[in-house]
Amino acid sequence: MTRLLLKGGRVIDPAQGIDATLDVLVAEGRVEEVGPRVSSRGAQALEMKGLVVCPGFIDVHTHLREPGREDKETIATGTRAAAAGGYTAVCAMPNTEPVNDHEGITRSIVERARAEGAVRVYPIGAITRGSLGEELSEYGDLREAGCVAVSDDGRPVASARVMRRALEYAKAFGLVVVDHCEDPSLSEKACMNEGVVSTLLGLRGVPPAGEAMVVERDVLLAELTGGRLHVAHVSTAASVDSVRRGKARGARVTAEATPHHLLLTDEAVRESGYDTHTKMNPPLRSESDREAVVAGLRDGTIDCIATDHAPHTVDDKKVEFDAAAFGVVGLETAVALCLDRLVTADVLDLPRLVALLSTNPARVLGLPGGTLAPGSPADVTVLDLARRRQVDPARFQSKGRNTPFGGWILRGWPVLTLVGGRVAFDGLRP
Amino acid sequence: MSYPHRHLLGIEPLEPGDIQAILDTADGLKEILARPIKKVPALRGRTVVNLFYESSTRTRSSFEVAERVLSADSLSIATTTSSVSKGETLLDTAKNLEAMNPDMVVVRHPASGAPHFLARHCRFAVVNAGDGAHEHPTQALLDALTLRQRKGRLKGLRVAIVGDILHSRVARSNMWLLSKMGAQVVLCGPPTLIPAGVEALAPVTYRIEEAIEGADAVMMLRIQLERMTGGFFPTTREYHRRFGLTEDRVRRARKDVLIMHPGPLNRGVEIASEVADGPYSVILDQVTNGVAVRMAVLYLLLGGSPEAAS
Repeated sequence: MTRLLLKGGRVIDPAQGIDATLDVLVAEGRVEEVGPRVSSRGAQALEMKGLVVCPGFIDVHTHLREPGREDKETIATGTRAAAAGGYTAVCAMPNTEPVNDHEGITRSIVERARAEGAVRVYPIGAITRGSLGEELSEYGDLREAGCVAVSDDGRPVASARVMRRALEYAKAFGLVVVDHCEDPSLSEKACMNEGVVSTLLGLRGVPPAGEAMVVERDVLLAELTGGRLHVAHVSTAASVDSVRRGKARGARVTAEATPHHLLLTDEAVRESGYDTHTKMNPPLRSESDREAVVAGLRDGTIDCIATDHAPHTVDDKKVEFDAAAFGVVGLETAVALCLDRLVTADVLDLPRLVALLSTNPARVLGLPGGTLAPGSPADVTVLDLARRRQVDPARFQSKGRNTPFGGWILRGWPVLTLVGGRVAFDGLRP
Repeated sequence: MSYPHRHLLGIEPLEPGDIQAILDTADGLKEILARPIKKVPALRGRTVVNLFYESSTRTRSSFEVAERVLSADSLSIATTTSSVSKGETLLDTAKNLEAMNPDMVVVRHPASGAPHFLARHCRFAVVNAGDGAHEHPTQALLDALTLRQRKGRLKGLRVAIVGDILHSRVARSNMWLLSKMGAQVVLCGPPTLIPAGVEALAPVTYRIEEAIEGADAVMMLRIQLERMTGGFFPTTREYHRRFGLTEDRVRRARKDVLIMHPGPLNRGVEIASEVADGPYSVILDQVTNGVAVRMAVLYLLLGGSPEAAS
């Protein structure tokens, strides 16, 4: 097993309150020592001067598409994209074909990821069988097979009764229930946010209330049941407010936000002339919603940044806006977008961003990692804050090219990703 | 000076001067329609394809007549088949057409933004003949031509647009055009058919009497009876009683008010027959002007200059 000494980088580990120039020694797949002038003890030394060394980033919301839609993404390509984007672990959403609602499917994902995955893969099982919103899937078996949470992502749980049972039952196995909050009766045929922009474009919109009312429902149900709720891709001011109030009352609730909801608004649909790369669910919202989500990120209401990486084929997107698939890829742009548009722009400081990408995701889903404390998995993300590069979808590792950020010039990129002490991505030389 | 746009995707991207140029050109070309031999060689050798993904009588025949009068070679493809539910994608259809080298495609499509999609991916010029609930620019232009002929101006006119604003591309194009040309627009309809945030663009009232008060023109929008299942209002009976244009209500407008409707009419729903057929109605003028405006659009986009048409 390789021994590596990361020498002289700015080490940021929010879990230990570290932000200092230090060395990090990894061996046998674990962090062995973090400190000033660590002796190499035969380890290969890598010069980290001018770079930032962080605990590995974890994406709690990824669509790997395998099994079933390998034309969009595979575990191999999706995890290579993750590594290139600075992630050492991803949580795989269950809306595959078939839906990951059974231990057999979970096991096949785990095995495939072990054989072909460039980073760690933590499967998320379905809340209900087939994600049809009716009968609970077998949480005990799913947990034992390796699922870290349950979610019917993309297929919102319409029934409050089913959501209540899920939150209750999941407690027995320590599973988090991740909900895509949306009232389907308000979002029928909708393809963007409802507001003045959808009015101008003549596109059917979904009102922000359609999300927020389900967030409020779920937060109340989490309080009622004592269950553990995680709200996926928060996109509205009222949703942030629900989570904030729920947390203040002691509900066991956490939340995530995506880079696209933090950085773009529904104006992007108009400015791009109906570019289908601006179509996702939840949709890009108004500026006041965007600002509220950023505020929620700053004050801790929102616990982590997640990508909602949703790769699609060109054919799924190169159609009329109404007909296009929902979703954008994110694994290879999220970190650079956050560095350039949130840290450089002084919205967040760097240790806080590292917490949102690493410490907190690990805590939210109870995953290993998220810290460089000795004994932790040697999952490390190294950033070069000075690296400047243009987003070029043609060079993505992901099969998906569907990003609204193509052509953006960003400063600050991940340059080295270690998973269990092995190099999963090396971009140290530009 | 040549017309500065390659496509006509909507009214929103146009400058007032562009609108003026189209209307002036239409005025100049309209005279051809009164000649015994209604044909000029202006677009000889040019090919125009009318690609209609929604049923249309008025708009399609209007484009076809305009194309023939200007001697363009034209071809109409009508399909009620949505490009996605079965068969060929919109892009494949368009790429096949492109391979035949048409100069222009006139497209009507149920998806908002479909003309923009074609303009982005194909070489030919694109004219939007109605896309979803987005825009119907030639309708707004023919409405403006009708208003200008009857009133001598657009600036300062008070125009009420009444009915299903939510689903109406005609309303959106007219809002843009009238506000760019300095007219005052007031919108009216049941709150369920008023789209989100539209108050930012024009004042809204739920009382038709208020909308019509002092109006120079009233544009009535068609209630799409097939949408009745959406639960937007309880019955057509109540709709007519509360939001329909009746003779009584017309009296609140200016004496010389113009009553307009893009057609097809639902008599007894949004408009009473006495009004539709009455002295203020310019509904059939709109149809004639439709041909003139479409001639102007074809002519300008395919390289004609506004001066040469007059």
